Amino acid sequence: MTTMLLANKDLEVDAEGFLTNPAQWDESVAVAIARDVGIATLTDRHWLVVKFMRERFLTTGTAPSIRTLGKESGVPIKELYQLFPKGPAKLAAKIGGIPKPKGCI
Amino acid sequence: MKRIVILGAGTAGTIMANRLSRLYRRELRTGQALITVVDQDDRHVYQPGLLFVPFGTYQPDDIVKPRHGFLPRDVRYVRAAIDRVAPTRNAVYLADGAALEYDVLIVATGSRVVPEETEGMTGPGWRENVFDFYTPEGSAALAEKLTSWHGGRLVVNIVEMPIKCPVAPLEFAFLADAFFTKRGIRDRVSITFVTPLDAAFTKPACTRALTYLLKEKGIEIVTEFNTGSVDGAKGELRSWDDRVVGFDLLVSVPLHKGAEFVSRSPGLGDDMGFVLTDPATLQAQVRPNIFAIGDATNVPASKAGSVAHFQGELLEENVRRFLAGRPIEPSFDGHANCFIETGHGKALLIDFNYQVEPLPGRFPLAFGPMPLLKESRLNHLGKLAFRWIYWHLLLPGRDLLGVPARMSMRGKRSPAPAAPEPRAEPQTELATTAR
Repeated sequence: MTTMLLANKDLEVDAEGFLTNPAQWDESVAVAIARDVGIATLTDRHWLVVKFMRERFLTTGTAPSIRTLGKESGVPIKELYQLFPKGPAKLAAKIGGIPKPKGCI
Repeated sequence: MKRIVILGAGTAGTIMANRLSRLYRRELRTGQALITVVDQDDRHVYQPGLLFVPFGTYQPDDIVKPRHGFLPRDVRYVRAAIDRVAPTRNAVYLADGAALEYDVLIVATGSRVVPEETEGMTGPGWRENVFDFYTPEGSAALAEKLTSWHGGRLVVNIVEMPIKCPVAPLEFAFLADAFFTKRGIRDRVSITFVTPLDAAFTKPACTRALTYLLKEKGIEIVTEFNTGSVDGAKGELRSWDDRVVGFDLLVSVPLHKGAEFVSRSPGLGDDMGFVLTDPATLQAQVRPNIFAIGDATNVPASKAGSVAHFQGELLEENVRRFLAGRPIEPSFDGHANCFIETGHGKALLIDFNYQVEPLPGRFPLAFGPMPLLKESRLNHLGKLAFRWIYWHLLLPGRDLLGVPARMSMRGKRSPAPAAPEPRAEPQTELATTAR
């Protein structure tokens, strides 16, 4: 377990900087992680996705896939890629303070 | 009486039926146990063979056999579609309304490709210049296309992870290079590998070896490409962020999902229909008397037959413990073992688990060592011999040439210190596994 100092908090993170304890998250943490991954400002559309992602993880125990995000978050897939370049599900999970979504190998 | 229901008679389901029928042979004979296997059809496809059909190495008929021929006689085989599992009632409902009650349920219904999920993929050009090879129909159609194709831009594409046999698309590209060289038209074919990953593979040492091979064979690679749509008429593959790759022939590995009934079963699966499963015990999250094995699970291991084989041995033990009222063991380590065909009669061999990436070295087998992460003829012969091994040793749930279910560090060389990574933990895990 590693810790990272961000937004004046000692955060527990994995090797790739995903929070391992979602309870340590708040909006200032989200803003700091977003800057860290190259998203300078979080717009309302960003927040919509990040909060949907986090809510879904906390209620079901798994992060939604990109397809579910596109169908149910209110933001279509194409726009998701504009908001979170290259990896919307991964980046929204990181900013939302939940573990990295499974899926790769 | 112990009632065990196994859903799916593919690789994992057949292995479990054979293992559990041996384990409970006496109880089955005296009526103290009942094992029921459910599948909707009687066609068992040797899926590793699908890769070879497009190149004429195997004919479509060579890789399909009746499922019932590989199930033990003392299990009941029900041919029916599954409507849903009702975890709180310990029952499976079949499409015709019949209910099967169980004490232990094993979900082994694998995964399936869903080309319709990608806009345009099954539209104009489907199976004319847009193909899949993960289905018997797709690989047979592609075989016909490849013998008559005059050349142009061949694009091999992965839509989204996870997929079955993550190395198969690369193998396809390698084999296509060899195939067109043999046909004497390699100079008229460009091959491009288009992947959502940020490199040829996910693990560093293996990525280095595969990237070298791609270069050597003149195969271009386009990375971090998340396929949004396919236009067969224009010959265009488009990403969600509007990058375009043109093709004359597209061979795509479509999006994968779990079996449809999983999504109709409350609490059983994630939103792709993969069963929410503990990666170490293979117990489903929804209920302690439900287990999942093979491609049907959401565990972060490869979706490969070798994984189902290794899981089979450990799951047999956990089912035995569970039915005896004893605690189950978190014994599965993510062990996978795959041959990677590289063309011209050669192949690589990789062996890895959740923590340890594929490493170079020599892999100890009953009849002698095989080179790891390195091209060799012996590995290719191993891959071809595997078809026999699959039907005669793997499906019956037998030991495979002395390969242990949990990964061993024997013969492996630790990664070169060339690429220092700021990760201290995997080192300790590596040491623990090496014991």
